[in-house]
Amino acid sequence: MRPLTEEETRVMFEKIAKYIGENLQLLVDRPDGTYCFRLHNDRVYYVSEKILKLAANISGDKLVSLGTCFGKFTKTHKFRLHITALDYLAPYAKYKVWIKPGAEQSFLYGNHVLKSGLGRITENTCQYQGVVVYSMADVPLGTHILLRYKRPEIGDSFANSSQVQLKKKKKKCLHSGKHSTGKNLAILT
Amino acid sequence: MGRKLDPAKEKRGPGRKARKQKGAETELARFLPAAGDESSKRLSSRARKRAAKRRLGSAEALEMPKFPGAKPFPGKLPKGASGGAVQTPGKKGAQSLLRASQGKKRPAPTHSSEEEEEEEEDDSEEDDVVNQGGLWDSEDSDADMIDDYGADSTSEDDDEGEELLPIERAARKQKAQEAVAGSQWSEEETEEEEEEEAEEESPESGPQKNDEADGGLQINVDEEEPFVLPSAGEMEQDAQAPDLQRIHKRIQDIVAVLRDFGTQREEGRSRSEYLHRLQKDLATYYSYGDFLLGKLMDLFPLSELVEFLEANEVPRPITLRTNTLKTRRRDLAQPLGKWSKTGLVVYDSSVPIGATPEYLAGHYMLQGASSMLPVMALAPQEHERILDMCCAPGGKTSYIAQLMKNTGVILANDANAERLKSVVGNLHRLGVTNTIISHYDGRQFPKVVGGFDRVLLDAPCSGTGVISKDPAVKTNKDEKDILRCAHLQKELLLSAIDSVNATSKTGGYLVYCTCSIMVEENEWVVDYALKKRNVRLVPTGLDFGQEGFTRFRERRFHPTLRSTRRFYPHTHNMDGFFIAKFKKFSNSIPQSQTGNSAASTPTNLDLPEVKDQMTPKPKGSSHPAKKARVAVKAKQQLQKRQHPKKASFQKQNGISKGTDSSSPTVSCDTKSQAASKLQDSSQPAQKAEVIRGPKVPRKLKQQSAMPQASKKVAFRKQNASRGTDTEVPVLSLSKTQATLKPEDCDQPLGNSKRAEKVKQQLPEQPFKKAAFRKQNGTPKGPETSTVSLLSSSRPPPAKRRKSQSRGSSHLSS
Repeated sequence: MRPLTEEETRVMFEKIAKYIGENLQLLVDRPDGTYCFRLHNDRVYYVSEKILKLAANISGDKLVSLGTCFGKFTKTHKFRLHITALDYLAPYAKYKVWIKPGAEQSFLYGNHVLKSGLGRITENTCQYQGVVVYSMADVPLGTHILLRYKRPEIGDSFANSSQVQLKKKKKKCLHSGKHSTGKNLAILT
Repeated sequence: MGRKLDPAKEKRGPGRKARKQKGAETELARFLPAAGDESSKRLSSRARKRAAKRRLGSAEALEMPKFPGAKPFPGKLPKGASGGAVQTPGKKGAQSLLRASQGKKRPAPTHSSEEEEEEEEDDSEEDDVVNQGGLWDSEDSDADMIDDYGADSTSEDDDEGEELLPIERAARKQKAQEAVAGSQWSEEETEEEEEEEAEEESPESGPQKNDEADGGLQINVDEEEPFVLPSAGEMEQDAQAPDLQRIHKRIQDIVAVLRDFGTQREEGRSRSEYLHRLQKDLATYYSYGDFLLGKLMDLFPLSELVEFLEANEVPRPITLRTNTLKTRRRDLAQPLGKWSKTGLVVYDSSVPIGATPEYLAGHYMLQGASSMLPVMALAPQEHERILDMCCAPGGKTSYIAQLMKNTGVILANDANAERLKSVVGNLHRLGVTNTIISHYDGRQFPKVVGGFDRVLLDAPCSGTGVISKDPAVKTNKDEKDILRCAHLQKELLLSAIDSVNATSKTGGYLVYCTCSIMVEENEWVVDYALKKRNVRLVPTGLDFGQEGFTRFRERRFHPTLRSTRRFYPHTHNMDGFFIAKFKKFSNSIPQSQTGNSAASTPTNLDLPEVKDQMTPKPKGSSHPAKKARVAVKAKQQLQKRQHPKKASFQKQNGISKGTDSSSPTVSCDTKSQAASKLQDSSQPAQKAEVIRGPKVPRKLKQQSAMPQASKKVAFRKQNASRGTDTEVPVLSLSKTQATLKPEDCDQPLGNSKRAEKVKQQLPEQPFKKAAFRKQNGTPKGPETSTVSLLSSSRPPPAKRRKSQSRGSSHLSS
C-alpha cells in the first residue's frame, strides 16, 4: 500500500473529473475527516485516515481491501473507474441521466439504452460526456459516457468489452466480489 | 309391493325357503368381507345390525349386575362394552363386541345356563387369540344375512326392558347358533394362527393383540399390540431393501413405546435394544450417518429428535436485513414480504431476490435470521475498533458497520481467499466504507494487530445446525471432524480473547458463535476459554433461545454457561446456532494454569494472578483441576454468603487485600478452613471453624500492613507449604482438622456430581449479593476468603452447611 504518485494521481483525477468536474476537491476534504487515495495491488482505494492507521499494520500480501475501491490501473497505466465508486460520484455528478423503469432492467443487464428509454437528462449535456445514470427513483445505476448520434444507430460501447461480457462482469462483481468494470451506456438519439 | 328382502330378518317357518336360505347365508358368510363403517344416517340393514350389536354390548353391560355368578364375564363385559362404546378400529371393536355379545346373548334369551356362558367364554377366549378377522366376518355376515322373520317372535323380549331391536335379537340368536358351529372351526384356526404368530415377528402387525391378557379397562391404546422389535433376520432384510413406509411406522412405534416404556415394553427386550433399533431406523429414513445420529440422540429427547430431523429436511424461510446505510426498512417492506424484528422474512417473491435493483444497489442483504443474532449480541458502538475474525461472506461485518453507521474501524478477516472476494463485493455493494479486509489465519491475530474494543468470532464449525442448507453434513461428519473443529475453535477463541482490549472504555466484549449444535464445539470450547483466560460470560442480551448446557453427559461446565444461547431449527425456525458473549476483565494472561475460574473486578488486575497461583497448588496436591476449582469456588461461595453480614468489610477489595497481606498464615488457615468446610458435613468442623474464628481477627489487626508483593509471595509460599504439609503450626492444625473431615464424610468425596451442585449453586449467590458484587458470575478470589475470615466469628449460616455437605474434594493433603 502506498500513496499515489503524481502521474497516477493526475490520470485518475482526469478520469473522475469527467463525471464530477471540479467537485473533486469535495472528495478529499470531507467534513468528517480527511480521506485519501492509496494504491494497493494496482487498485486505488479511497480511505479515511483513521482507517489508514490501522491498515498500516497489515502486511501487504495479506491486505485485500480497504475502504472503498475506486478503480484500478491497467497494465498500461490507464485508470479504469469501478462501479464501486458510484456512491461517491453520484452526489457530485454534474450531468445526470434518468431512465425509465422499463429500460432500467435492460440497462442493468448491460444493454444500451435507446432514446425512448430516457426519462430526463441534464441540460447541455454534450456528446461523449460522462454522465451518471439514475433510475426514476433517483437510485444511481451507473456511470457512463453519453454517445449521441444524429442517425439512429446502435451506439458503440465504450472501450471495454462486448455487452455480453459486461453483463457477466457486473453480475460477478455484485455477487461474488470481483471488481467490476464500469458500465457503459450509449444513448441513441 | 313385494316383500322386501331383509337379510336381517331371521327366516322362520317350516318352509323350504327358511331352511335353504339359511344355509346359503352360512356359506356366503364365509366369503363376504366385513365392512366396518357405519353412518349415523340411514343405516343399511347391515349397519343397523352393527348398531344393534353395539347397543347390545352396552345393554349387556347394563345387564351385568343381573348375573353376579358370571364371573368370567366381568372380564369380558367391560371390554365389550367399552369396545363397543368406543369407535375403535372397526375390526377390534366389533370383535370384542362380538365376543361380548356372544356371551351376553345367552343370558338375554335364556337367562340361564352358566355353562353355556362359560363355554361361550372359552370359545371367545380362543377367538381372541386368533386373528379375529375370519371368524368375525363369518359371524357378522351370518347375522346380517338372517332374514328378519323373527321380528314377531322377539317382540316379547321387549318386555325384558332391553332396547333391542328385533334385528338385534335375531342377531343374537343367530350368533348363538353360529358360535357353537363356529367354535370348532375357530379352534382349528386358532392353532394355525398361533403357529404363524410364533414365527412371525413383524412389528407392524399393528392390531394383533393380547389384550385379553391385559384385561381391565380397554382403551384405544391398549387395543393395539405392544410394539414388537424385529428379529435380527428382519433387520438384515431392511438393510438391503429399506421400505421407507415401514421404517417410518416403526420409528413412530418405537418412540411411542419408549415414551411409556414401563407398560409398553416387550418382555425380554431392553431399552437399549429399542434405542439401537430407533437409531438405525432414523439413520435410514433421514439418511444420516450413524455417528451424527448418535450424537443427536444424546442431545435431544426423543420427541424433539424427530422434530429436529424433520426440520432439517425443510429449508428455513429466506430472511433479509435492510441496509440502513442506504435505505429504511419500511421503504423496502413494500415490495417484499412480511416484517419481523430487525429484518424481513420473505415468503414469496416474483423476482429472484438477489437480482432486484435494490439488491444491486445494496439496499438489503440476504442473511439468515440466526446470523443477525451475534451482531445484536455484540452491540457495536460508534467509533469503536472491531475485529471480525471469520467474516466471509460478509453479512455480519456489514451489519456491524451498519450499526456503527460507518464510523470507527472494522477489520474483517478471513482465512479463505476465495471467500474473501465475496466479502469485498458485499461490503462495496452495501456501501461500507470503514472496513479493512485482510487475509490472515485468525490464530495470528494479536500479533498482527490487537487492542480491539470488540471482537466477533464466528468460528468455522461442523455445520450441524445448518443441515437444511447442506445435507452432506449428515454423512460426512464423524468424531475426528468434530474434534478437529473443536480444537481449531479453541485456538481461535484464545487468539480472539487476546485481541480484545480489556481496558477499553466502551468495550472489552467478545462474541463467540457457531452454527453448530454439538456440545463439543460450543459449551466445551467456551468452558475451556473460561479456564484459560481472564474472561467471564455475560448475558447475550437475547431474550429468546434455549440456554446453553451446564452439564452434558459426563462433562460439567461452568454455571455461567447458562447465559449462552442455543437456537434450533425446529423450535425457533432459524438455523441451529450457538452464541456466547464474553467480557474480558484483565489483559493479563494467566500463566499456563488450568483451574482459573473467572473472578475479581476489573480493578484488581493482580488478584487473578494470585488466585491462579493459588489454585495449582491444591490442584497439584490432590485432585484434578476441576475439583480444585470447585473447591475454590465453593469456598468463595461460602465466604460470599457471609458478605452481607459484614457490611463494613464489604467496602473495598483493598481492605481485604490488606488483611490478606497481613496474615498469610491466617489466610492459609482460612483456606484450609474453607476447604475443610467444603468437605464437611458434620459438626466438628464447623465448631472448629468457630473456634478458630476469634483467633483470626486478632491476628489480622496486629499485622495490618504488608506490601502486596510480599503478600503474594507469602501466599504462594503458604500455598505451597500447605500443599506439601510443612510444619507451620496453624497449618498442621488445620490439616488435622481437614483430615478429620474426609473420614467423616465419605460420600461427598470424589463425587463429581456434588461438585457440580456446588458449582451450580454459585450463580444463586451473586444475585443475592448485588450490592457487593460488581459483576455477575463467579465469586471473587482471595479477598473473599479473608472476609469470611473476619466474619467467621459467627456460626456459619445454615446454607453453608448445605453446600458443605455437597462439597466434594478436599484441598489439602
